[in-house]
Amino acid sequence: MLPTNFEALSVEAASVQRQASAWQRVRDNTSVRIGAAVLAVLVAIALAAPWLGTVDPSLFDPASRDLKPLASGEITTLEGETLAHRFLMGSDSFGRDIYSRVIYGTRVSLLVGVCTALVALSIGVLFGLVSGFLRKVDAVLMRVMDGLMAIPAILIAIALVAMWKGSLLTVIVAIAIPEIPRVTRLVRSMVLTIREEPYVEAAVSLGTPQALILWRHVLPNTVAPLIVQGTFICASGILTEAILSFLGVGLPPDIPTWGNVMAEGRAQFNDHPHNIFFPGIFLAVTVLAVNILGDGLRDTLDPKMARRT
Amino acid sequence: MNPPDLPILEVQDLTIALPSGGDRATAVQHVSFSVGRGEILCLVGESGSGKSVIAQGVMGLLPKSLPLTGGRIVLQGEDITAASPARLRELRATRMSMIFQEPMTALNPVMTCGDQIDEVLRQHTGLGAAERRAKVLDIVREVLLPEPERMVASYPHQLSGGQRQRIMIAMALVLDPVLLIADEPTTALDVTTQAQILKLVLELQRRHGTGVLFITHDFGVVAEIAHRVAVLRLGDLVEIGARDEVLRRPRHDYTRMLIGAVPTLRTDQRPVDHAAPVALRVQNLAKTYDERSWFGKRRVVPAAADVSFEIRRGQTLGIVGESGSGKSTVARCVVRLIDPSAGSIRLGSDEIAELPRGHLRPLRRRVQIVFQDPYRSLNPRRTVGEAMIEGPMNFGMAREAALTRAEDLLRLVRMPPASMQRYPHQFSGGQRQRICIARALMVEPEVLVADEAVSALDVSVQAQVLEVLEEIRKRLQVAMLFITHDLRVASQVCDLLAVMSQGRVVEYGPAHEVFGAPQHAYTRALFAAAPGRDFAFGH
Repeated sequence: MLPTNFEALSVEAASVQRQASAWQRVRDNTSVRIGAAVLAVLVAIALAAPWLGTVDPSLFDPASRDLKPLASGEITTLEGETLAHRFLMGSDSFGRDIYSRVIYGTRVSLLVGVCTALVALSIGVLFGLVSGFLRKVDAVLMRVMDGLMAIPAILIAIALVAMWKGSLLTVIVAIAIPEIPRVTRLVRSMVLTIREEPYVEAAVSLGTPQALILWRHVLPNTVAPLIVQGTFICASGILTEAILSFLGVGLPPDIPTWGNVMAEGRAQFNDHPHNIFFPGIFLAVTVLAVNILGDGLRDTLDPKMARRT
Repeated sequence: MNPPDLPILEVQDLTIALPSGGDRATAVQHVSFSVGRGEILCLVGESGSGKSVIAQGVMGLLPKSLPLTGGRIVLQGEDITAASPARLRELRATRMSMIFQEPMTALNPVMTCGDQIDEVLRQHTGLGAAERRAKVLDIVREVLLPEPERMVASYPHQLSGGQRQRIMIAMALVLDPVLLIADEPTTALDVTTQAQILKLVLELQRRHGTGVLFITHDFGVVAEIAHRVAVLRLGDLVEIGARDEVLRRPRHDYTRMLIGAVPTLRTDQRPVDHAAPVALRVQNLAKTYDERSWFGKRRVVPAAADVSFEIRRGQTLGIVGESGSGKSTVARCVVRLIDPSAGSIRLGSDEIAELPRGHLRPLRRRVQIVFQDPYRSLNPRRTVGEAMIEGPMNFGMAREAALTRAEDLLRLVRMPPASMQRYPHQFSGGQRQRICIARALMVEPEVLVADEAVSALDVSVQAQVLEVLEEIRKRLQVAMLFITHDLRVASQVCDLLAVMSQGRVVEYGPAHEVFGAPQHAYTRALFAAAPGRDFAFGH
C-alpha cells in the first residue's frame, strides 16, 4: 500500500536545506571585510611600530617643542646623540614626537580592547552558565550584577584604577569588570532558552551528566552571539581606556596612549589642535572598524539578533 | 455585479519566482484554477508546495523577494496583478479577505476585538459610530460567539483559540467580500474546535454565497469542506477536480500517494500478546504545578491527576487528547524530565517516580523519548554521529562499538550510515525524526515514548516514520507510549488507547474497543469531530 522504497520519494530529498557554511557567510559579508581589513592594517601598524620612521616615543628635546606637523627639528636620544627628525604630526610641549606616540599608542589600544573583551567574556560566560543552571546561585549572583550595572561603568573603572595604581593589567581589569554584568545577562538568558530545547532534554534522558550537558550542548550554542558581544566590548574598552587616560586616571602619562596624547594636547588646543586631532582620528577609525566588524558578524552569525535591533 | 456563471476568481498560468540559490527557480509555475460563486476550492499540498504563496499572490501581498513573473489573477473581471497598491488596499476587505493559521499573531494584542473589527468598517465605509457598532455586534453574533458585548470589549489574549479564530472570521466577513481566502485556519486548533470552525465557515459561506479558497494540508478537512480540490506538488498543480472525483478516484500518482498515506480510522483488532511482561506500569500518577506569586499567593494547577495504565513489551499504548489535556505531562513524567507530584511509575520491577536524580541516571537508558519538533531535537553544532554515540558512551560503551551500533540503527531507520559525518541542518524534518528515533534506540530502551513524534511532519513523511516505528516495535519488542492529538494516527499504531481530558484518563482500553464503541461522552465527541471520518483513506 505504501511505497516502501524511501529513496523513491524525492519530495523529502528536495526539501533538504542547502545552507552556506557560517564561515563562508562571514567571509562574504561586506561589513566584515571592511572592518577586518582596517583592523588588519592597525595590527600591522602596532606590530611594525619601530620600523615606521618612529623614534622612541618617550624621547624629548626642549629645542623641538610645539612644532607644527611636517616641521623638521632635532631630537636627543638617551645616549645624548642629537638626531635630525621630521615631526610628521608635530610635537608636544615637551618636544616629544606625536607621530611616534600615536603609532606606539596603537599597541596599547588594541591590547586593551582585545584583553578587556577576553576577560569580560570568560568571567561573564562562567557566571552566566552558573546562573542559568543553578537556581540558588542565580538569585544572589544576578542581584550583584544588577548592583554593578547601577553604577556608571566609568566611575567603577576610575575607582578601581585609583585603588590599584595605573598599570596595563589594572586598567584592563578595571575596564572589564563593568562589562561583566552584560555578558552574564546575555549568557544567562541564552542558557535559560537552550536548556528548554528538546536536544538538551534528549541528552538528559540519555543520562548525560549536567556538567557535560553545559559543555557540549549549551556552551557551543552561545558562541555566535558572544563573538558579536565581544567586538562591542572591545570597542567600548578602547574608548574607555582613552577616556581614563585623558582624565589622567589611566596609564601613567609617560606611556604613549591615544588618551594620554590627547590629554597633553588639551591645554594647547587653541594653538595646536593637531595634538588632539591625530590620536582622535586613530581612535575613531579603530572603534568604527571594530563596530563595523561586529555588525557584520551579528548579521551573519546571529540573524535573529540582527532583526531585533 | 457578477454574472452568476462567471467565476469570482480566475488564476491563469500563474508563475512566481523564488530568490536565486534556492532549491528551485519558482515557487509555483503555470498554475491555473478558478473559484466560482459560493464555491469552496481546497488547495492541498505538503510543505513547500507553494500553496501559501498562491494565497499571498491573490491578496497582492507577495514580498519583494517573490516576484510574480507570469500569468494573471483576475478578481471579478479585474486583473489585480496590474492594480495599484491603493486599489489593492481597497479590494482587500471589501471584495476579498483572508484568515490565517494563528489567530493570536494575526490579531493586534493591544486592541480590543471590537475595535479591530470596527477599524475595517472605519477604513472602508462612511458609516457613523452607532451604525458601525451595530454592525460589529451583528457580525459577532453571526460567527456564533457567546455574549457579543463582552467579546467585543475583550482583548485577544482573553479569548480561547477558537474564539479568536471566530473574531478573525468576523473581521474578514464584516464587509461581505465575494472571496475568502483561508490559509490553514484550523491547523492550530484542537479537533473539536476545528470541527466547529469548519461548520461555521460552511454555514457563512452558504448564507453569503462567498467563494472560498481554502488552503490546507489535511485531507480530512478537504473531505469535510471542499467542493473542488486542487493538488499542488512543488509548485505544480498536478490535479484539479470535484472533491469525490479526486478523493475516490485520484488520477495523478502523487495524489494517490498522498491519499494513501493518510492513516485510516480503523477498528480491527490486532493480535495482542497478553503474556508479555509488563514494561511500564503507571499508577495514580499526578502532577500539579504550584504557582507562587510575589506576595505569597499560592495557586495549585493540576496538570494530570490519577493517571494509571500499563504497557507490555511489544505493545503500543496511545494517549490521545486535546491541548491542555495533560498527555505530554504524563510523557514527561514517565521519562522523568519533570518530577511527578504523586503516584508510581514502575519500570519493569524498578520504581522510578520518586528516585532522586542521582540514583535515576543508571535507569535513564531504559526509557527514551522522541519529541515533536525534529528541528530542535538535535544539537545543531554536533554531527549526527556524535549525537548517536552520546547515550551509549554515557553508559560506558567504547567509542568503536558505539559507532558500529549507530550504523546498524541508522540502517534500521532507513538512513545511510554515511549520515553520521553530517550536521542536522543537512537533513529534512522526516530524516531528522528518523535520526532521533535511532538515537533513542542506541541505549536499548525498554520503553520508547513518542511525544507527538509525527505531528509536525507532512503526511507522506509521517507515513514513513510510522512505518519505521512499527518495524522497531515488532523487531525490538519495545513498549511504546505514543502521545498524539491525531485520532487517525492513533488508530493506526495503537494496541491500547487512553483518552485524556483535563488531566484525567476518561477512557482506557484496547484500541479497537475504544474506537469501535466509545463509552465516554468526551470520547464520542472527539471521534465525531475527526474531519473526514466518512471517507476511507489509506487505499
